[in-house]
Amino acid sequence: MSVSNETSWTAKVRERAVGALPPEKLLADKQPVYVASWIYVFGVLSLASLIVIIGSGSILALKGPGWWHFTSVGHFFNSTHLWSVELFFFFIVIHLWGKYWMAAWRGGRARVWITGAVTFLVAIPCALTGYVSQQNFDAQWISTQAKDAMNAAGIGAFFNLLNFGQMYSYHILLLPAAVVALVIAHVLLVRKHGVVPPFEVRQTSETVEAETATPPVEEVHS
Amino acid sequence: MSRRERRAQDERYRTWKGGYRPYDLIKEASIAVGVVTGLVLLLTILFSSPDERPSTVQSWARTDPVDFVTTATTQLDGTSGTATYGPPYNHASDGQHILFIRPQKWFGVSHPIDTAQDFVIAPLRSIPGQPVLQSAVSAYQSASAKQQAAWTTAYENALGKAKANSDGSITVPAGSYGPVSTIMPALLSFAQAGGLDGALLTSKQFYQTDYTKPLLFMADGGLLESRAQAEHLLGSQWGIMNETGSFPGQSWLWLYTFWYQIKPFSTSANADVLVMAIMGVLSLAFILVPFIPGVRSVPRWIPVYKLIWRDYYRARA
Repeated sequence: MSVSNETSWTAKVRERAVGALPPEKLLADKQPVYVASWIYVFGVLSLASLIVIIGSGSILALKGPGWWHFTSVGHFFNSTHLWSVELFFFFIVIHLWGKYWMAAWRGGRARVWITGAVTFLVAIPCALTGYVSQQNFDAQWISTQAKDAMNAAGIGAFFNLLNFGQMYSYHILLLPAAVVALVIAHVLLVRKHGVVPPFEVRQTSETVEAETATPPVEEVHS
Repeated sequence: MSRRERRAQDERYRTWKGGYRPYDLIKEASIAVGVVTGLVLLLTILFSSPDERPSTVQSWARTDPVDFVTTATTQLDGTSGTATYGPPYNHASDGQHILFIRPQKWFGVSHPIDTAQDFVIAPLRSIPGQPVLQSAVSAYQSASAKQQAAWTTAYENALGKAKANSDGSITVPAGSYGPVSTIMPALLSFAQAGGLDGALLTSKQFYQTDYTKPLLFMADGGLLESRAQAEHLLGSQWGIMNETGSFPGQSWLWLYTFWYQIKPFSTSANADVLVMAIMGVLSLAFILVPFIPGVRSVPRWIPVYKLIWRDYYRARA
């Protein structure tokens, strides 16, 4: 007796996932010839920085938020956490500028741009909550100054920079989870759509707007 | 150009039909992690990281007792920055607004703070074995609002001429301050002994992680601000995007802090809500760049791409 999988949700999800991202696309061993510039390095460097951030942050989390103030080893790992954050933002800003000048949203890649841009924007409060979780003068000053913007925007009720416990939760769980989820989505979309090809230089100036334009969302995603 | 033609052109960019070259994704990622780890370790060894000790109410009361007592008096009579803040701390004002929009009021008073009760009265009530002090607190509480204001106003005016003594106490010119002249020195002594730091964190439960009250109390005084000025962290000095010492701070906040440096934001009472609104619009525009006419065409008009893909174009030529 044969077993039918036509109604299996699992089978449908698997077939759709494999269809969108077959193994040779997910873990590609070839790239288009035009992917040959140093600017492409900054995407993977951003990703590598994020890995170091999570690694150093995990060590700090293992020992608790006060550890790094009283031990040289703790201070060392706090320093690695700080510098990996600085590098992450440095790399991701260059990566975003590079992708802007490539108009990397062309060819149905709008979601690739959007997930990258949102990742950057979510990383900002992720870092801010880290600064106010430091338990030093920096944290005192930043939290008491930045609270006014949060309160004025109406989010102070559930994003209270003066509440260390709440900010620590945001910093080590909620916001990093959001950043990681966005990065995973971003990378999978890059693997699915591939790296945007170069502009076709033979085109005339009249086609400029059309060439860099992105069709309506439903068309982009079709 | 019609939508169909636009779609057809965009279609050309969907799939690359040209040549490929060998590529090792895992190898590249591994090397990147190694390089970044090495760079982070190098920066850590060379520069370490800043860690300026936090201020406490105790240190504030000891180093600048006049400023502490002046701030505490404004907490008692409800004229401090926190007492007049509005949501989410109290109903003393409506907060900042853009036209008729007041986001600050949307979630109400989520962190209720009565500065007189929470910052002065309750901490003093927790001190045992001081009947004179407790009588003074009772006398203040039972007085009319007008009488309370007369005492605190006279005391605040006198604090302008107050002097700090070598033993940490302050000398205030004689005047009609009622029980305030007993309450404030007692609060100062309590703070200098470290009691107020603990009292401001007291809650209904044993564990505590919310520093809203002591931070607001301290932020109303001058200690944090004077330290921040020395560390070039004031709002007029590009504020929180800087870091203590010479370390790089949150430079990615430059556009947020930029607005606070220019008019009308630098002088507006609604600066925070205005800046957040502008940044909200700009953030949305940033996300939606692929759909914004003109902005999405700049990369074609200014051909930086010819530099990025110079090898590709050279090969085609």
